Amino acid sequence: MIGRGGMGPVRRRRRGGGARDGAPAPDGARGAAPLIALAGNPNAGKTSLFNALTGSVQQVSNYPGVTVECKEGTLRAGDRPYTVVDLPGTYSLTAYSQEEAVARDFLLNHPPGVIVNVVDATNLERNLYFTVQLLETRTPVIIALNMVDLAESRGIRVDHTALSKMLGVPVIPTVGSRGTGVEALAEACAGVIEGTHPVMPTQVRYGHVVDEEVDGLAETLGGLLPADARRAALWFAVKLLESDEPVSAEVARLAGPRAAELEAAIAAAVARMERHYDDDAATIVAERRYGVAAGAARQCVHITPQSRRDTTEKIDAVVCNRAAGPVILVGVVAALFFWVFKLSDEWAWIPWPGGWTSPTGVVEGCFEALSGLLDGLRPGWPMLHSLLDAALVKGVGGVLGFVPLIFFMFLFIAALEDSGYIARVAFILDRLLRVFGLQGKSIIALIVSGGLGAGGCAVPGVMATRTLREEKDRIITMLVAPFMNCGAKMPVYAVLIAAFFPDRRMPLMLLLWGLSWVVALCAAWVLRRTVLRGEQTPFVMELPPYHLPVPRGVLLHTAERTWLYIRKAGTVILAINILLWAVMYFPRPPANADGTAPSPSEAVAHSFAGRAGRALEPVTAAAGFDWRVNIALIGGFAAKEVVIGAMATVYAMEEDAEDADASLSARLRGAPGWTPLRAFAMMLFVMLYAPCVTTIAVIRRETGTWKWPLFATVYATTIAFILAAAVFQGGRLLGLG
Amino acid sequence: MLDGERGHIVRIGRTGPRGIRQRLLDMGITRGAEVLVVRRAPMGDPIEVVVKNYHLALREQEAALIEVEPVVP
Repeated sequence: MIGRGGMGPVRRRRRGGGARDGAPAPDGARGAAPLIALAGNPNAGKTSLFNALTGSVQQVSNYPGVTVECKEGTLRAGDRPYTVVDLPGTYSLTAYSQEEAVARDFLLNHPPGVIVNVVDATNLERNLYFTVQLLETRTPVIIALNMVDLAESRGIRVDHTALSKMLGVPVIPTVGSRGTGVEALAEACAGVIEGTHPVMPTQVRYGHVVDEEVDGLAETLGGLLPADARRAALWFAVKLLESDEPVSAEVARLAGPRAAELEAAIAAAVARMERHYDDDAATIVAERRYGVAAGAARQCVHITPQSRRDTTEKIDAVVCNRAAGPVILVGVVAALFFWVFKLSDEWAWIPWPGGWTSPTGVVEGCFEALSGLLDGLRPGWPMLHSLLDAALVKGVGGVLGFVPLIFFMFLFIAALEDSGYIARVAFILDRLLRVFGLQGKSIIALIVSGGLGAGGCAVPGVMATRTLREEKDRIITMLVAPFMNCGAKMPVYAVLIAAFFPDRRMPLMLLLWGLSWVVALCAAWVLRRTVLRGEQTPFVMELPPYHLPVPRGVLLHTAERTWLYIRKAGTVILAINILLWAVMYFPRPPANADGTAPSPSEAVAHSFAGRAGRALEPVTAAAGFDWRVNIALIGGFAAKEVVIGAMATVYAMEEDAEDADASLSARLRGAPGWTPLRAFAMMLFVMLYAPCVTTIAVIRRETGTWKWPLFATVYATTIAFILAAAVFQGGRLLGLG
Repeated sequence: MLDGERGHIVRIGRTGPRGIRQRLLDMGITRGAEVLVVRRAPMGDPIEVVVKNYHLALREQEAALIEVEPVVP
């Protein structure tokens, strides 16, 4: 339903829940607070304004009919709560990418009480182009004229009173990153919603020929459309002249039997316009809109000419330079490695009396202490001890030990994203990625998934593919993003490297990073030439000005992603660990003939998991995996964090009393059958095999079919096994085994 | 056009994939607008231009759709 539905009541849907629900809640349902939507161009500073409006309490919600979560928070103005939604940035209501479609569908299907249009004061004309389109929908709009400080420093002064008069909507100057003007903005929103300051947006006019056609078509529509859609007739008319596909389809549906009559009227109007201007109708409409935007900008902007080149241009002259650009890119990757592994993980370099323990060490220490406390349970309640120690302390503790590392990694990426550098990475690498069937913007998804080599997460990575327009580009990116080294793979690498390559941590991490890219790019190359054959798609991307990352926003973003990791450890991973523990504990073996209890290793071998692991051994032996590793890898299908927990459980359950306190690394080093070669084959397999269930679920949601997540599972596991087996067998031939 | 050259947009070609034309329009590539070619990416493509006072990256393939009349300095 398109049009003005007053205050759009919002129904929230749980994450990952059920089918798409297209029908908005009836207007009578008043549970939710009035809705304020933040909309505007990408890079206009929407998110920092959102953070300033709502504080740190935010949640991610799904809206019916919209396949995507929008960030949502609460604003208190006067004595009432308002729900604020941060929509994805968009340049136009003619949606181009998936992400823009989300913003558009939201605005049209759930019209908010008021739209806060965030406008970048330094780039008024293009931002106002979107504003004009919002005005066309006749929804109440308030303009937040953002980044006025930056504009002034560049000699741009915007007369907001004049702009407000011209457009017929309130214009509030703001600086989102510092919170300036936020209170006035909140008051204005409340005023519009409560009806004390109603807004009457100026009717957009396009010049005489276009206006006549719009009005004529709107009149025809008025007679054809049902009463509730009639209010938006003018907007429909404009979109029909632009041949906007979704709107044309919607109108044809609404017109029912008279669709043919309407089609003829549209065609005639388009033909008259095109004859008059000798250009196509969509171009004419877009140019008229720009005419309105440029007119407003001309009258309201006062520019003091400045001779100095602006900072962004100075930085780009170096960062995007042919010679220096790639070198800097490599430098940034190296800096990330250094930052994550040296600065934030190994704190021994900090001068401190008695030495310094790294944050990871502190968390691990806590769990070791907890394990020690549980020892008292062992004689009396062996089963309970086994469950708590193996599934809870060792399993979940192993995952939580990586929280500090993951936090620092996300912090670095969030700061990079916020600074504007990632767009330059896409610019520099587009040509290279195109060779492999990807494009520049794929890099964002790959970096978020862990492409910088030190942890990330494929879940936000897959979601980041929404900025890609072409379905095939999106799917290829989604299929290769899980190869990147996400945070969940870090514990596996850490344990195996500590056990078998203790002195070569950095070179091995670099090698694993390089391999993940080689495999991802080769896979993309093959996919583009086989299952996803097709034209290369356009690449049109804004290079936003650099700015210093806003600490608050970066921290919020980092905390949010880290919290997802922690939550996963406490829920999905805990549940899988308990399940795994059960299949490793039961059934118990019968007592030996001489009446003694069977040894722990016999017990594990006798369990369900042990039997399954043994059944797979003939195949997996090719890659050097015995039944114990198989158990861990099967658990890892659910989440890769489980791999280490499961190994810990197998080896802890098998343990003999004397090495009860040894770490998993130490135990592996002493265990029969383990060699550096086998450890490397296992790391390779864990890096590449099937995405975790959460990623699978997200791929399912993003592609709308089970075909791609299933394909991802099968092809990734096949590649992983072939490569691991090749490395293992090749290594043995070379005598490395 | 070479780096550092300016031009006025004359028209946008009609070939190329669907939607790209609308996208270029939405990004401010309209008749009469001035474009300045800033630089090429390290591997020669894409191209960075300034249009309507902001920086835009696009591939040669898309840029080829945009007809410009050079501004003689």
